[in-house]
Amino acid sequence: MSRTPLDTVEHAAETPDVELPWAELGLKKDEYERIVEILGRRPTGAELAMYSVMWSEHCSYKSSKVHLRQFGEKAPQSDALLVGIGENAGVVDVGQGYAVTFKVESHNHPSYVEPYQGAATGVGGIVRDIIAMGARPVAVVDPLRFGAADHPDTKRVLPGVVAGIGGYGNCLGLPNIGGEVVFDSCYQGNPLVNAGCIGVMRHEDIHLAKASGAGNKVILYGARTGGDGIGGASILASETFDDAKPSKRPAVQVGDPFQEKLLIECTLEAFQEKLVVGIQDLGAAGLSCATSELASNGSGGMRVTLDDVPLRDSTLSPEEILMSESQERMCAVVEPDKVDRFLEICAKWDVIATVIGEVTDGDRLEIYWHGGKIVDVDPRTVAHEGPTYERPYARPEWQDALQADDAGKLPRPETSEELRDQVLKLVSSPNQASKSWITSQYDHLVQGNTVLAEPEDSGMIRIDDETGLGVAIATDGNGRYAKLDPYTGAQLALAEAYRNVATTGAKPLAVSDCLNFGSPEDPAVMWQFAEAIRGLADACRQLGTPVTGGNVSLYNQTGEAAIHPTPVVAVLGVIDDVARRTPVAFQEEGQLLYLLGDTREEFGGSAWSQVVHDHLGGLPPVVDLERERLLAEILISASRDGMIDSAHDLSDGGLIQAVVESALLGGKGARLVVPDGLDAFTLLFSESAGRAVVAVPRSEEVRFNDMCGARGLPVTRIGVVDGDTVELQGEFELTLAELREAHEGTIPALLA
Amino acid sequence: MARVVVDVMLKPEILDPQGQAVQRALPRLGFEGVSDVRQGKRFELEVDGPVDDAALARIHELAESFLANTVIEDFTVKVEEEMVEAGK
Repeated sequence: MSRTPLDTVEHAAETPDVELPWAELGLKKDEYERIVEILGRRPTGAELAMYSVMWSEHCSYKSSKVHLRQFGEKAPQSDALLVGIGENAGVVDVGQGYAVTFKVESHNHPSYVEPYQGAATGVGGIVRDIIAMGARPVAVVDPLRFGAADHPDTKRVLPGVVAGIGGYGNCLGLPNIGGEVVFDSCYQGNPLVNAGCIGVMRHEDIHLAKASGAGNKVILYGARTGGDGIGGASILASETFDDAKPSKRPAVQVGDPFQEKLLIECTLEAFQEKLVVGIQDLGAAGLSCATSELASNGSGGMRVTLDDVPLRDSTLSPEEILMSESQERMCAVVEPDKVDRFLEICAKWDVIATVIGEVTDGDRLEIYWHGGKIVDVDPRTVAHEGPTYERPYARPEWQDALQADDAGKLPRPETSEELRDQVLKLVSSPNQASKSWITSQYDHLVQGNTVLAEPEDSGMIRIDDETGLGVAIATDGNGRYAKLDPYTGAQLALAEAYRNVATTGAKPLAVSDCLNFGSPEDPAVMWQFAEAIRGLADACRQLGTPVTGGNVSLYNQTGEAAIHPTPVVAVLGVIDDVARRTPVAFQEEGQLLYLLGDTREEFGGSAWSQVVHDHLGGLPPVVDLERERLLAEILISASRDGMIDSAHDLSDGGLIQAVVESALLGGKGARLVVPDGLDAFTLLFSESAGRAVVAVPRSEEVRFNDMCGARGLPVTRIGVVDGDTVELQGEFELTLAELREAHEGTIPALLA
Repeated sequence: MARVVVDVMLKPEILDPQGQAVQRALPRLGFEGVSDVRQGKRFELEVDGPVDDAALARIHELAESFLANTVIEDFTVKVEEEMVEAGK
């Protein structure tokens, strides 16, 4: 096969005038000029490939990093944080010598193009981030957002995404213990498929991605490299679908979960035997990312022979090999005398492993192909010193009008009959309805350590059989709130996830976030983004929960229409003994129902305003982080001391949504009374933050009230667990059968 | 009546874990010399009436929209046999 002469470094230096397709690869003119300036010559094709993927929005965070810095600058002091932001995933001390690593990432665009494989490889990617830290993955969570529930395309996207998540996770033997499913027409062409994973390790087993020590070998192991997802990284994240030419459609990758399972076992065994100096998973930007990040995080340079990369398709060009996003691959740096043992372990697990290069004592990343040097760069310029944009941002002019359109002025139900109808309408609406049709397609019990899973407030996993030590995770985000006020909306997402973790009895420790927004080139979107980060960073500082890592997904828009700003926040918590957890379901008749916190007339962005009036306007609920912290302390103490038998946080849908869920899950009804100072409508539908409803055994009534009183948390008795109806005295009564049909019938009717 | 066959294969650049599993099993079973296996799907459609251009276009459409996932798969349509209508 005759080819044009290999575009080596020498060749590039001799032919400065050769035109390269930098624009097609997603680079801007000034970015290309900067590359030329860095290199002092034109880049080779392979170098251009590397820079283009690594400088894409997806890999370089070029629009977001000026704002993301706040997570570091405002980070609260936390003894729990063992590894902070910037690594593959953050690591948190959960006590008893255990450390937990967790992270949430997005796989939005690929999941729209090919729902099954897009979602499946999203799970695969986040799991590899966790094993790269040296941790054994123990659970996954999946916050999902789709277009309108009754839109035909939702019926294409949702079942594929759900099957992909379930299929991949199932093959790996990882329980799916949480997440969310939200429908809103703003996500019609841009579903959000976020995936999170939790991993557990001992403190001494933490591993960081770096390549130090000249002479150490670079080993690529896992699947062979094929032509899938070439340029995916740059193209996925740098253009909206509208302007993507057919030829630039992201080539989707197909995952192989069984290969990933082998990677997990093989990697952890190599860690166990202390064979690994540094490690990096291959995700977006494939080998370009792994080699440049490993080298730039280490002390020295790196030399790689691309001819040694095992290929699935022998016709691949070196540029394609560097850009390929073939799944289930990892890259390890191993001392020379340990290479044989490393390869032996890989062989035992039937994993292909190949030495492709070594660490050098220079500071250059050099890549060879057919004997010629095709890459000679400072790896830091590829991996860490990409462009940074201070994108202009401005509060959109429609924001005032949106906030002035107060949801409090919407017509409220006037009769008991109307109130009852609206309750039924709310609990059966797609967003408030039971998602068990979806979550029951996931295996949430595999491995036998699941303590709580959907639809509980947070997922909980036992990590030590002897002591009962466990961790809890909750993910939350409310795009409607964030649209009304991105600063407060982001804080509400954190507050809700924090509250959810505490509601199950676990102490919130740390945060990971997945920030889903529209195009950063739109100043209004950029303002939403900047505000959301400012809000989240401020709130993390106040709650003492540092952000340990996460991911930014921009360009979630079709044409002019961006999605609602959707910061999804995951909070990780620890519980000393999972036997003390608090479930959502009512446990016993006769127990007293207490509402914790203050209820105000807050309906902006509420589920009620959406379901009954199809309205979005006004201001989201007020956030009081000190109150959230106090509420969390009370919930944790009450759980530890056995004062409450069930608890449910109040968020979208308000009190009635929480009570109906607890009643249906427990198979026991509730009699409610409207307390003094509130009206029935506000009691049922207000979405004031910082609240939870708890069921207290009569024997604990005095002790519980005393504790709340002593700590200054408002507590209001609102009823009792009783019978087989949910009744609001003097207003209406709904049987559990009626509620169950409404709450559980919606999703199957739309999607099954 | 005619039989139209639609063959669906993963695109060449797409990973085929099933094909790989088969390929890896072959040497274990004593079958040497097969370096790659790719697995696909074959649909046999019994079509009423003559397979004219319009019918083929319709089959093409159904293959594209339903039988194959053209994001990751290619397909071919071919008419396999014409059964003589008067025969039975």
